[in-house]
Amino acid sequence: MKLIIAIIQPEELPAIKEELLKRSIHKFTVTNARGQGKEIPVQEVYRGISHEITLLKKVRMEIAVNDDFVDPAVEAITTVAKKDGEKGRGKIFILPIEECIRIRTGETGKDAIG
Amino acid sequence: MISAKKLPGILFLMLGSTLLANGEPTAADAIFMVNNTWMLVSTFLVFIMHLGFACLESGLTQSKNTVNILFKNVSIIAIGILTYAVCGFNLMYPGEFNGYFGFSSFGITNPSGTAGLIGYADGAYTYFTDFIFQAMFAATAATIVSGAVAERIKLSSFLIFSTVYVAIIYPVAGSWKWGAGWLDQLGFYDFAGSTLVHSVGGWAAIVGAILVGPRIGKFGQNGKIKPILGHNMPLAAIGVFLLWFGWYGFNGGSVLSADPGGVSLVFVTTTLAAAAGVIGAMITSWYVSKKPDLSMILNGSLAGLVGITAGADVISPMNSVLVGFIAGVIVVLSVIQLDKMKIDDPVGAISVHLICGIWGTLAVGIFSAEHSLSVQALGVLSYGLFCLISSFLIFSALQYSVGLRVSEDEEIIGLDIGEHDMESYAGFQIFTVE
Repeated sequence: MKLIIAIIQPEELPAIKEELLKRSIHKFTVTNARGQGKEIPVQEVYRGISHEITLLKKVRMEIAVNDDFVDPAVEAITTVAKKDGEKGRGKIFILPIEECIRIRTGETGKDAIG
Repeated sequence: MISAKKLPGILFLMLGSTLLANGEPTAADAIFMVNNTWMLVSTFLVFIMHLGFACLESGLTQSKNTVNILFKNVSIIAIGILTYAVCGFNLMYPGEFNGYFGFSSFGITNPSGTAGLIGYADGAYTYFTDFIFQAMFAATAATIVSGAVAERIKLSSFLIFSTVYVAIIYPVAGSWKWGAGWLDQLGFYDFAGSTLVHSVGGWAAIVGAILVGPRIGKFGQNGKIKPILGHNMPLAAIGVFLLWFGWYGFNGGSVLSADPGGVSLVFVTTTLAAAAGVIGAMITSWYVSKKPDLSMILNGSLAGLVGITAGADVISPMNSVLVGFIAGVIVVLSVIQLDKMKIDDPVGAISVHLICGIWGTLAVGIFSAEHSLSVQALGVLSYGLFCLISSFLIFSALQYSVGLRVSEDEEIIGLDIGEHDMESYAGFQIFTVE
């Protein structure tokens, strides 16, 4: 069991979602996030004064999967996320999961995730 | 709403010399004061409609485009009023002209003495009141386009289009009826502008929406229509209430005096039609989509208002209920149909202003014995052709020069950042996508 945490660009979310569903990965959590990477900060203007926004809008996806689904999940994200050489395209973290419990039934482990 | 210049001067002969004469004010002076005051109240009621449009349009679009929408709404009223002062007023009311195109002079100049005051409109209002009331109307026509092309049109192109459209096309079209032009001679009737204001704006809106194309993601593969949700329903509801409120000036002021019988009848027909529009849209949307849709009844009240605008003073109160109800039904079906035709109108401007504007204009021919349906239809067709062709030419010229549409990346990030480098809800967490 692995937890995949991906930081992505907000506009890529719908396409990534579609790719995940195609690979039979139906369960994930999405939250709004702000983050700072190596990308060039965005310039905004407010009442004539331009200011730098360094904490940019991102989306954080959490996908808990059984080991067989780690590669498809990563693939779903990377086929969509732009690899155009520009900095700030996001990252994928993969963590081991100690235990998983489905609250409704009390199932644990592999069954609870799937 | 015939220009003052057309009215016979009989009343003027009766009242004309009193106001400026020495001595005690007369009853005629008092009536003049009341008339003029009501016209100015109507003027600022029409002004508040612009706040209504701003609220409605920003409420029914995505949060990432709010700065852009509001920027357009504020610019348009400024452009509309200034161009109307420079040339619009004198294009729309050229005085004696060939009935198709006339222009008296640039700028506005108050006729001196009595002719500028009580004599100008037979004791109904002054020259300046006439100008400012009409100027508010001009700005309204331009703002209708804004909603239909929202969330993807380039700001610069939109501003250029609005300037040309409201400076030239709107007043020339208006002169055919309200300036006593050829359609007026034929007996065409449009009390407060179902055609002259709403359809004229609506025709440009449909041309703009088609030429600029649908928003990304609105129409998927296999003809699947994906709704792009508005981000603030309370704001949209406030907008509709403000528009309804302002409509009492739009229609009530189009009586062109404080005539008690006229104004009170118009208030009743206007209100009944708006109410019936809500019910018509409610029943239709409940039946068609199985759920009562707030955004549809908001459009429904506006549909009723646009529908009654052409005949608010000649349609009986009970018939106005019918006119409003049918408009409410039409607007829901039209919104659904436009989506099926892959014409993307984020706020329903085409359905409310164009489709119900046409309905309202035809309704005059159906429900008023003094007006002929065929002349009303001729008016609808003439305005349709003129506005379709002219807005097509202006939009196409822009398409091949400045460009009509923002880039795909900009559209996805939002026009607030793309066009203005500014956020509308700084400090709030808002999903940029979905």
